[in-house]
This record gives sequence, C-alpha cells and structure tokens, in this order.
Amino acid sequence: MKSSSSEAVMSSSLPSEASARPLEQIAHKPRRHDMAWKWLFRAGVAILVLWVLVPIALLMLNSISTPEQISGWPKTLTPALSFETLDFFWHYQGVISALGNSLLAAGFTMVIAIVLGAPAGYALARFVFPGMNAYRMIIILSRAFPMPLLALPLAVIFIRVGIDDSILGLAMVHATLALPFAVLITSSLFMGIPVELEEAAWLMGCNRWQAFRRVVLPLAAPGITASAVFAFVISWNEVFASAILTVQNRTLTAFLVQSLSESPAEIKYAGGLILVVPALLFLFAIRKYLFSMWGISNR
Amino acid sequence: MKHNRWLPYYLIAPSLLFMGAFFLYPFLQIFAEAFTNSDGGVGLGNFSRIISDFNFWPSLTNTLLLTGVVVPVQLVMAIGMALMVTKMNKGRDSILYIWTIPLGISDLAAGIIWLAILEQFGFLNSFMSAVNLIDAPTSWLNYQNAFALFLAVVVAEIWRGTAIVLVILVSGMGLIPKEYDEAGQVFGASYWQRLWKITLPMLRPSIQSALILRTLLALEVFAVVMMLGGSDMPVLMSETFDWQFLYQQTGAAAAYAVLIMLISVAITGCYLKFLNVPKEAR
Repeated sequence: MKSSSSEAVMSSSLPSEASARPLEQIAHKPRRHDMAWKWLFRAGVAILVLWVLVPIALLMLNSISTPEQISGWPKTLTPALSFETLDFFWHYQGVISALGNSLLAAGFTMVIAIVLGAPAGYALARFVFPGMNAYRMIIILSRAFPMPLLALPLAVIFIRVGIDDSILGLAMVHATLALPFAVLITSSLFMGIPVELEEAAWLMGCNRWQAFRRVVLPLAAPGITASAVFAFVISWNEVFASAILTVQNRTLTAFLVQSLSESPAEIKYAGGLILVVPALLFLFAIRKYLFSMWGISNR
Repeated sequence: MKHNRWLPYYLIAPSLLFMGAFFLYPFLQIFAEAFTNSDGGVGLGNFSRIISDFNFWPSLTNTLLLTGVVVPVQLVMAIGMALMVTKMNKGRDSILYIWTIPLGISDLAAGIIWLAILEQFGFLNSFMSAVNLIDAPTSWLNYQNAFALFLAVVVAEIWRGTAIVLVILVSGMGLIPKEYDEAGQVFGASYWQRLWKITLPMLRPSIQSALILRTLLALEVFAVVMMLGGSDMPVLMSETFDWQFLYQQTGAAAAYAVLIMLISVAITGCYLKFLNVPKEAR
C-alpha cells in the first residue's frame, strides 16, 4: 500500500489515464484522504501523549519552584530551579518517617503477595484439579472488589489483636489487594514455560522442587520480579486503607490525606512528586508484563 | 509422582487461608457491624443515621453522576486509543508506555497533579489570565462553583483512569484472530463496517471486564476528590472515611461500606446481563 504512493500522485495529476484504469482508480481514490487521515492520526496521537505528559510536567515544575512561586501569581513556565521546596518537604515534621513507613509497607506487601501468590500461580499453571475453576473465579472476582473498605472492620480487629496502627497490619490489607494480581501474573508466567523442560529435569534425576528451582525459577525470575514490583506499587499508591489504619505510623499517602488542611501547598506538590517518581520508574521496568496482569487472557 | 494429587492444594492453601482471614472474615464483619444498632441489637439504625445526615444524598448523587459521566468517556477514549495502537508500526511500544503511565500514579498523586493546574493560583488560571480570559485569579474548586469542581474531578478521573481500560482493551484486541478482519476486507467491508461488525463485537468480553473494573473503581473515588474538593464535594468513600476517622462511628462507616458494595454488585450484575458474552467467546 505504501509503496504505491508515488503512483497515486501521478494518477491524480493525470485524470485521463486514471479513468482508463477504473479498477486502479477505485484503489487510488482515497489516497489524498489517506494523507489527511495520516496527519489527523499523528495529531491525535500527539495530543493524547501531551494530555498524559503535560500535567506530570507541570507538577514537576511546581516542585522545583520556590515556595513563593508556588503560592505566587501568575505562574510562569520558567521556575527558579530551586530545591527549596523539596528541601522544605524533606525537613517537614513527619515526612521522613512517613516515607520510611510507605517503603516498609510496600516491602512487606511485596513479600507476602509473592510468597503466597507464586505457589498458587504455579498450581494453576501446572495442574488440573477439582476446585481449580472456583479458586480462579475467587481470585478474578476479588480483583474487582472494593478491598480498601475491608480496612474498616480490620481497624477494630487489629486493636483486639494488638497490631493496630502498625505497618505490618496495613501490609496485610495491601497484600489482599496485591495477591490476586500476583496469582494471575505468575500463573500466566508459568504457563509460558514449557512443562517439557521440567520433565527433562525429572528424567535427569531432579525431584519436583529441584526441577522447579533449577529450571523454572531462573526462567520465571524476571516475571516474578515484575509482579513483585507491581505489588509494591499497589501498596505505595494506596490511600484509603492507609489513612484508616495508620494514625501515628502514617504512610506517605496517609500523611498527605490526614494533614490536608494544615500542611502548606508546597508539601502537597513535593509529596506528589515523591509519590509519582518511583511509581513511574517501576512501571517502566515492568511495562512488558502490564498486559498479562490486566488482560483477559488470564481467564 | 505420588504426591501429585494433593500438591496443588498445598500450593493454593496459603493464599486461600490468607484471603479467608483478610478478605472473607472482614467482609462478614462489615455486614455484622453495619446491621448492629448502637444498643447492640440487630437493625437498620446505622442506615437511618447515615441517610438522615445532610451529606448523604449529595455524596450518593455525586458518586453516581461522576461514574455515569466518567466511565462512558473513558470507554470511548480507550477504544479510540486502542484502535490507534493497532494502526501503529514504529513507536508503538513507547506510545503505549506513555499512555499507560497514569496506571502507575496513585489517585492521591493524580489529585495533587490536577490541583497544581486547577487551583486558584494554578497553571490554568495563569494561562487564562495571560490570554486575557480572566482578570484576577478565580477560585474554581469550591462549593460556590459546584459545576466547575465537578468538572475538575471528572477531568482528573478521566486522566487517571483511562489507562486501565486501554490496557484491557489492547490485550483483548491482541486475542482477535487477524483472519476475521482480513475476511471482512476481502468482502469489501469499509473500515467502519469492520469496526462495528467485527472488531467491537469480538472485543465484547474485554469491554465487559473493562467496564466492570472501571465502574467499581469509579464508585471508590476518594483521594482525587479529597485533594480537589475537600469537604466541598462529598462522595461515598469520603463520607465513609469521615464517619470512621473523624466522627469515630464505625457502625455508620460500615453502613456506607455495605452501600458501596451493594451498588457495586448491582452494577456488575447489570453489565453481566446486558453485555452478555456467549460462552464460546470467553
């Protein structure tokens, strides 16, 4: 189709010849439209790219402005390029511990989700067993359940058990959010690794565990890492349960929500940047696996 | 191998136990709390308390209205973007990555991002004053400008939540065999005909999952609204948060939670019924 574009120009400049070849004319008629469509298409793609990127750029712009510029009027697109705002954020009461708590909660979530999820993913990929579809259904449905609401009764239960206002308790709730994804992505991962490789290892005298560790695990490691990172991002980004379950040991999101009215504007913007940047980096690292996590191919 | 028969159950047991403890148990507990009156008896006391609260109807209508506006726009946008992606050759992966960036951004951060743009001294007002549309910085994000505030939340939600619909649709499109579209071309169907008669019907399972997931997430809208509107625009989740955290009334908060779950279940049921996917297409 593309190679004939020069021909299209010719035929449009020579209408008499084109009419002599009716079939070709039909094929060529929309050519000029094609160019218009092509530019429209490119413009549409460009607009949508800007639609995503410009707001993030503006947030970054805000966080490298001085606090005076942030609350100043009117805004310019040329900030002072100062680290004053980020510096202020860094030294603001409670920020450092909130950041640490966020990292800790996300780390716990990651470990729980993978340690519990990966074996289940392997079971779904390698075995056919009664109850398998029921289990799969539970996992898929729970992905769409308003999980953060479960923090409400857990807040009471955690007080009774003595893990209220603790990062571990919060990580448990975040893990219920992340676990379904861990199961689904690892199962599609293990399905992609030929069972014959494992069988060959068995024939060479490995038992199931050895075959898994020496043959399957190295192949699956990048994907498992990706789903671990995704679990991390889920916890890192979660707001509602964090704000309900942590009071003294607040995570960064809980800190930002709970101090909404009393904290100055620059805290919000710097905090927003700190929230966005790691999530972006992680998402970039696992972009290849995004589709197996959300796609319906997992059904 | 002999132990094979029980092995899969050993493998799924830890995750099942965990989900039982942290999903099923609190799930039942939430109902128990919601239907327990303050005197300890069973009843609808919590529900009548939240309904008589002056923020109840605004929060319910705000949430439903927001969902009703945001989800259709996102679906159309995501279908358009997914179709664009299938037409791309080079640069496909980079563009797809950029378009899915909001997927990794928390709703809180998305709220902050749009606050930077839409607040009184934000970038939008600065731009509008630079081109002489307004004279002085105007505050849009308060209850006096309820419509502007609603629109701001709509824009922020569309910005943040379209990526997930896109990802589901793009992976769904990858599952449609190319032969169908080629057959359509052979029989002379135009692009629009093929889109309406082949691509979209084949995409129905993905559209269904995307709609369900996105609608449930829209009903849970919280941090974006908190950031942009604060208490000026109540939604169901923010009311739940306030009853639990500010007023310390766990029963009322649980009643809100039950309400959100019931609405979620009802809407999911509607999608399953009206976008019925034939079994063989699943």
